Amino acid sequence: MNIVVLVKQVPDSGAERTLSADFSVERASANNVINEMDEYAIEEALKIKEAHGGEVTILTMGPAGATESIRKALSMGPDKAVHVSDDALHGSCAVATSKVLAEALKTLNADLIIAGAESTDGRVQVMPHMLAERLGIAALTGARKLTVDGSQLTAERQTDEGYEVVTAATPAVVSVWDTINEPRYPSFKGIMAAKKKPVQALTLADLGIDASEVGSAGATSQVLEFAPRPPRSAGTKVTDEGDGGTQLVSYLATEKFV
Amino acid sequence: MAEVLVVVESGVKKVTLEMLTIARGLGSVSAVVFGEADTAKLGEYGAEKIYVASGDDVDGYLVAPKATVVAELVKSVSPAAVLLASTQEGKEIAGRLAVKLDNGLLTDAVELAADGTATQAVFAGSGIVKSKVTKGLPIVTIRPNSVTPSAQAATPAVEQLTVAVSDADKLTKVVERVVEQKGSRPELSEAGIVVSGGRGVGNADNFKLVEELADLLGGAVGASRAAVDSGFYPHQFQVGQTGKTVSPQLYVALGISGAIQHRAGMQTSKTIVAVNKDPEAPIFELADYGVVGDLFKVVPQAADEIRKRK
Repeated sequence: MNIVVLVKQVPDSGAERTLSADFSVERASANNVINEMDEYAIEEALKIKEAHGGEVTILTMGPAGATESIRKALSMGPDKAVHVSDDALHGSCAVATSKVLAEALKTLNADLIIAGAESTDGRVQVMPHMLAERLGIAALTGARKLTVDGSQLTAERQTDEGYEVVTAATPAVVSVWDTINEPRYPSFKGIMAAKKKPVQALTLADLGIDASEVGSAGATSQVLEFAPRPPRSAGTKVTDEGDGGTQLVSYLATEKFV
Repeated sequence: MAEVLVVVESGVKKVTLEMLTIARGLGSVSAVVFGEADTAKLGEYGAEKIYVASGDDVDGYLVAPKATVVAELVKSVSPAAVLLASTQEGKEIAGRLAVKLDNGLLTDAVELAADGTATQAVFAGSGIVKSKVTKGLPIVTIRPNSVTPSAQAATPAVEQLTVAVSDADKLTKVVERVVEQKGSRPELSEAGIVVSGGRGVGNADNFKLVEELADLLGGAVGASRAAVDSGFYPHQFQVGQTGKTVSPQLYVALGISGAIQHRAGMQTSKTIVAVNKDPEAPIFELADYGVVGDLFKVVPQAADEIRKRK
């Protein structure tokens, strides 16, 4: 099975994050890492390859610096990577990003495209369905379990109430939550091997997309202002000396919660 | 006055009423309902019109048919805006709609002004952004617990839509829907009160204590990633960066240290209360009221006290 995993480099969600002067996500000064959820997508792809054979390709759209995350992804075990990079992509909205990724996917002929359920920076959750819409293929999103039987896919899709069982035939886009598996750590051998794995560079011109359709120029939405939220300040802290529960309820009563 | 479409995925939820309330500020409100329409409730909150799309072609397949129905409706009525809930499915419909119409979209809005400017919380609530769709009409998803729903009675006209979906919309079949959430607790993402347990709860059985307090307060139960990873509570109740984002009136954190992963999902809550035995736990930095103590003593006592006051 020919599997493509979508990997995005994001600013570390465990550190301070902000927007830059042009209101795009500040990446230059951030500690950039693989989007955490994508590691589960990579793991799932590797497990499918191990069980059914095939090839795993990483697809990333991002600035030159994203190479670091691509190598990290490859060190887990995928065979190769495609890196779509172009200065004109800076500031691309989700709609434009889906256009670029869809064109790149057309060159890869994937049976299965796996993505994380969301990125920790934008948390928009729309990319898998946008790609399915553009490519005219199935989408099984928010999976907490995935079964592959020949060309038939079955997923348990996490919902607010429980889950839905959804099925489709390949080619398809699947997105996964972090409950689906436990991503492997790259081995030393894997890290060394990743340095030699092929990373194909693609530009907008390679994909036949005009610069005016993407980036800030082609954005379908615009940020008008940004402000950090004022930090919360700590309130009252009491130490339980036998009446902590009662005191807690007194506070809740003052605030009219009981 | 142009219509504003409010997409109702399945049944009227609190976020539906919030969307209707917001939509009234933008135009004449039309609800788009998949399946059975609760005409009375939608009318009570100002829906002038209700479009109903039902049948196996909508129900039996994942997301795509719903997006097609909304896209066709947008083409025929040229609405001023389309509002959807910021749930996974709401966002997914919005995403497909944006591609179909080659249109911008904004997700996770907590406010939407009459001119289409949306206010969004970004980076897990640590920043606030104002933005606008600059191509096409505003397609905006609204996060639950953003506004207080207010009623404004209308008598809606109901129109049954003819559903014409393509084969491409029917590629992913929904073969089963399983309900795992038990009891009558409010849904986590829209609850006014959330009581969450963390690693400090110790085991799955002890989560009864968290549930008991939640039930006494009429709230939903949540769990930290540490608690979910340890198997104490199911994943759909996880609050945090890789789980649900909640913004209730009251958030009670029991045995939760307050790692960034967790804070990301709850720091926009109005009031935060924490119980933790570690006085240095970071959760106390954002708690309006904190009790340093053993939750197995503090919580039962609090539960008794609430019962006494009832």
